[in-house]
Amino acid sequence: MAELTMIEAIRAALFRALTDDPDVIIFGEDVGIDGGVFRATDGLIQRFGASRVRDTPLSETLIAGMAVGAAAHGLRPVAEIQFMGFIYPVLDQLANHASRLRNRTRGRLTCPMVLRAPFGGGIKAPEHHSESTEAMLAHIPGLRVVVPSSPPRAYGLLLAAIRDPDPVVFLEPKRLYRSTSEEVEDDGEALPLDKAFVLREGEDVTIVTWGAMVAEATEAAQQLAETGVSVELVDLATLKPIDRATIRSSVEKTGRCVVVHEAPLTAGLGAEIAADLAEHCLTSLLAPIRRVTGYDTVMPYLRLERHYLPNTARIVEAVGGVMEFA
Amino acid sequence: MPKRADHFKINCSAFLDASGNPIGELPEFANSRETLTELYSAMVRTRTFDAKAIALQRTGRLGTYASSLGQEAIAIGVASAMTDNDVFLPSFREHGAQLWRGVSLEELFLFWGGDERGNDFAQARQDFPVCIPVASQFPHAAGVALAIVQKGEPGVAVAIAGDGATSKGDFYEAMNVVGAWKLPAVFVINNNQWAISVPREEQTAATTLAQKAFAAGIPGEQVDGNDVIAVRDTVVRALTCAREGKGGTLIECLSYRLSDHTTADDASRYREDEVVSAHWKAEPLVRLRAFLIAEHGWSKSEEENLIHACGKEVEAAAENYLATPPEPARAMFENLFAEITTDISALARELNNG
Ligand SMILES: Cc1ncc(C[n+]2csc(CCOP(=O)(O)OP(=O)(O)O)c2C)c(N)n1
Ligand SMILES: [Mg+2]
Repeated sequence: MAELTMIEAIRAALFRALTDDPDVIIFGEDVGIDGGVFRATDGLIQRFGASRVRDTPLSETLIAGMAVGAAAHGLRPVAEIQFMGFIYPVLDQLANHASRLRNRTRGRLTCPMVLRAPFGGGIKAPEHHSESTEAMLAHIPGLRVVVPSSPPRAYGLLLAAIRDPDPVVFLEPKRLYRSTSEEVEDDGEALPLDKAFVLREGEDVTIVTWGAMVAEATEAAQQLAETGVSVELVDLATLKPIDRATIRSSVEKTGRCVVVHEAPLTAGLGAEIAADLAEHCLTSLLAPIRRVTGYDTVMPYLRLERHYLPNTARIVEAVGGVMEFA
Repeated sequence: MPKRADHFKINCSAFLDASGNPIGELPEFANSRETLTELYSAMVRTRTFDAKAIALQRTGRLGTYASSLGQEAIAIGVASAMTDNDVFLPSFREHGAQLWRGVSLEELFLFWGGDERGNDFAQARQDFPVCIPVASQFPHAAGVALAIVQKGEPGVAVAIAGDGATSKGDFYEAMNVVGAWKLPAVFVINNNQWAISVPREEQTAATTLAQKAFAAGIPGEQVDGNDVIAVRDTVVRALTCAREGKGGTLIECLSYRLSDHTTADDASRYREDEVVSAHWKAEPLVRLRAFLIAEHGWSKSEEENLIHACGKEVEAAAENYLATPPEPARAMFENLFAEITTDISALARELNNG
């Protein structure tokens, strides 16, 4: 077993997928000789050749649309959008095609593609490089949206996404790319999609989060433990479809819930989770559900970004609020 | 004097004039009476389907429908040039090509009648369903062509859309990669002079649409889209080139939309009837029939038999379509994912209880 960063774990999963399945092909901007701007595909072109690791023209609609066509015709494309900020032209291909090809052909043509994109703030990146707009994607029926929060989950979930017979958008919290290393067994084992991970069991309050906010919530949970508050930490991991059962059963146990996401508040996924709990777990709730999120404003440039991103202090404060309520 | 950096030329090919007189020497296949009658029959069949579809829509038994009236030679010319190895990615106006490729009349009626099963073609299993978001099928064609290359298949991806589609970025982005990677893809434009109410001249200042190929580094050609012989010949050449690994081609077929844009459109709001009438003189069926009569003794009884046979076949297909009950409502969930997810099975239960 090796200690890998998340970016190394992603590369290991891509390496594994290319080795195991000749239909897997990687393409995107600068994924070849440059190895991707974050180096997720570093070394792959040397090992697998320029026909399976392809630099595309600078053209996001093409990257996504070509993935749809290639997937429908028997390949398993793993396409990269260099930054999530450039994913918007791709929404046409995701919403109008990738997510519905199986349905509209009643299963005749399918779309086993993965679209990878780094997302989220916290690395002092330029304008348009730090947003979290996962809720837009999660709103599209027929699309899976997956976000890893650690090196082993990046490895296992990416393999699962590549092997899945349907389209998956795989959003990589770039703040976690190199922040820590963890043991990752490169054994080709996938982790389950559509399942949330209970990272820490607790009694008093459930924190539901994903991506880079898992690190903040973990830190918050540790601080809270010292004050005698026991946090159950749920990493949603697959944002669509949501593993409602895991969230509900956790909240039925704890009676309290705080949802944390980097994305803005309004119409964010926290709203869906809160609504689901209100509909299904009302009698278990001891306090109102709280959301700790990015603000409903434009993502600030790097000098102000730390004021925008939810952090441990805000999470601790929100948990304190729900604990005080009852 | 600045030095000339490059040089571009667009050819426009045609073999029959509007009255069906040959212009120069015909390609080999056009000397066969059998081949020509096959092409002609397919165009008549397409037009018969078209008329029935409009009639069904007008009587509330079909959804909004896009007629291909006057553009049948493009559909049949393109499809008849293709082989079973090729993959077709159509817009919403190429019924004739779909029919030629083996999509059934019932399937077309089902699709236009609002039933997804119409896209589950029993034949032409690799062909894409009709693409409604204009031009968004061109990137798919690039992807299919990429898969063809990776798998070492002999096919070519053939995508078609209208003149309006050439104003979109995805059309250009896809053509660009076809050039950059020399992919086996042929892009066809049905230039029927209108994008709903916007005439071709207002769509772009480019004098031809074919020239847009040059920006992508692939050849661009024009062809008389009302001449099925010319369309087929041009597409055959482009397909051969693609199959030999020499890359893609853009083909602009010049035609005219004789119908409204769709059954939901009223073209009298934006164009004069007289302008349209003038274009009836150049429509594709009349000219091939004239040629068949003059050169191959196509008889009145053959014509009558054909019209009768097409009518009968289309009527029978329409009857079958009308007699096909809708899917149960839960069908809307069953093919969302390969395996039904927990979320979705909850919705399906809700539907059944409701
Ligand atoms: C991307 C997109 N924009 C707008 C529309 C609505 N629309 C449907 S057909 C059409 C005109 C298309 O013109 P053209 O490409 O020339 O094809 P034609 O209808 O003439 O065959 C428009 C604007 C659409 N379907 N897709
Ligand atoms: Mg048009």
